[in-house]
Amino acid sequence: MASENQSGSNTLQLILAWGFVGIPLAWGVIQTIENAMKLFQ
Amino acid sequence: MALLPFLDRSHTIAKPGFSRWMVPPAALCIHLCIGQAYAFSVFNLPMTKLLGITQSASGDWNLAELGWIFSIGIFFLGTSAAVFGRWVEEGGPRQAMFTAACCFGGGFLVSALGVYMHNLWVIYLGYGVLGGCGLGLGYISPVSTLIKWFPDRPGMATGMAIMGFGGAAFIASPLSVWLMAKFSTPTHVGVAESFITLGIVYFCFMMVGAFIVRVPAPGWKPEGYTPPVVEQKLITKNDVYVYDAIKTPQFWLIWWVLCLNVTAGIGVLGQASAMSQEMFPGKVSVVAAAGFVGLLSLFNMLGRFFWASTSDYIGRKNTYFCFFALGTLLYCTVPWAGSIGSVSLFVLCFVIIMSMYGGGFATVPAYLKDMFGTRYVGAIHGWLITAWSAAGVFGPVLVNYIRQYQIDSGVPKAQAYNVTMLIMAGLLVIGFFCNLMIKAVHHRFHMKPDHEAIRAQMAVDAAGEPAGA
Repeated sequence: MASENQSGSNTLQLILAWGFVGIPLAWGVIQTIENAMKLFQ
Repeated sequence: MALLPFLDRSHTIAKPGFSRWMVPPAALCIHLCIGQAYAFSVFNLPMTKLLGITQSASGDWNLAELGWIFSIGIFFLGTSAAVFGRWVEEGGPRQAMFTAACCFGGGFLVSALGVYMHNLWVIYLGYGVLGGCGLGLGYISPVSTLIKWFPDRPGMATGMAIMGFGGAAFIASPLSVWLMAKFSTPTHVGVAESFITLGIVYFCFMMVGAFIVRVPAPGWKPEGYTPPVVEQKLITKNDVYVYDAIKTPQFWLIWWVLCLNVTAGIGVLGQASAMSQEMFPGKVSVVAAAGFVGLLSLFNMLGRFFWASTSDYIGRKNTYFCFFALGTLLYCTVPWAGSIGSVSLFVLCFVIIMSMYGGGFATVPAYLKDMFGTRYVGAIHGWLITAWSAAGVFGPVLVNYIRQYQIDSGVPKAQAYNVTMLIMAGLLVIGFFCNLMIKAVHHRFHMKPDHEAIRAQMAVDAAGEPAGA
């Protein structure tokens, strides 16, 4: 049970940590792609 | 750091069950902030109108004076990474990340004061010196920790962090523009308030990384991982002390490899917008050129992850061979693309070149680890960053001056970059041979088991000697 809890908290921590850095990065990349598309218009 | 014991290396040792996949986000917390340096230019134009508001007034700063902020920052990035590399390595990543957060966030706050006082020297000191030290410490702080957590995929691990540095401008640029729009009024340009906000936000973001980061317990290995039994010539199992590493020819060859790869890319990156418009007059508009710059930045970021990960499979030396051989071919193709008026071929050449420019940065920590071991890889990487500082000067100077010389000699603007491209190709050929000459480090440079004890004793002896002895 302790191991299951630890694994659960690890997964949650991983989602939070990757979301914390991934969401702003994804937002920035989308903004850049939108601007880059102007090259092909 | 006795005042803040939680920053010590001993307090960051991971407990059993800690997932090593928590460490790349910790590193990204740092690199996604400090990479803002690439987007600092968005403040330049508004800072030329701090007094005049709608247009520059007498007493307002000009772009040349403001350009020094970034240059000083990059100079202190290289210097601090070299000088404090050993301290970062021995003190652990959390202490270094905390210091980097204080310096980088503090740099923004001091710069806000400089804007408020309208004193450019305070901004040079704030963002340039203090922020530059934050950049240097932050850049190298997670490198060796990642390599220790991912002995099976060191290229991929450091590539992920350094990808963050390349991607940070994507966040910083629109965020800074949005903040300035929020804080500006008809009688005030909102630069100081934007600096304060960014300083606080970046400090908090970097502190999250400092809290998350952990170092593996001594002797830790990934589950199921067995170090390769067959010895590979260019992957050492020994460590080299940082000040011994910089005495080896291998270090200086890698220094030139990085410097030449960066020189070839950085000059083009700075001139991409103007180059695309001048080489294809009437075909590439100002808006399309801005899109081209965005595309280059995107490939610069993606290349960091792609090439560094690829290097885990094909080897570091072969990866750099790809950069130099393919880069030379592509640089030679660019003038031809211009002559036949093919924008698509021109864009294709440069996005691949930019991916290899980014890949050069991201693959080099793993190259150093292969040559000098993991013990002082962060500190050695710190010294190597000086190659970046040097390339930051060489690259733009080469591109700008050669272009100007060509135009002054009567060459049409559309062809003014042809010689530059061939010179860049020449630099990559030199880089190819530097890479070719890299061999395994001689065993006399390897650290002995009692190396640390001898060094400690030497320090004690030196401290005990009377002055002038």
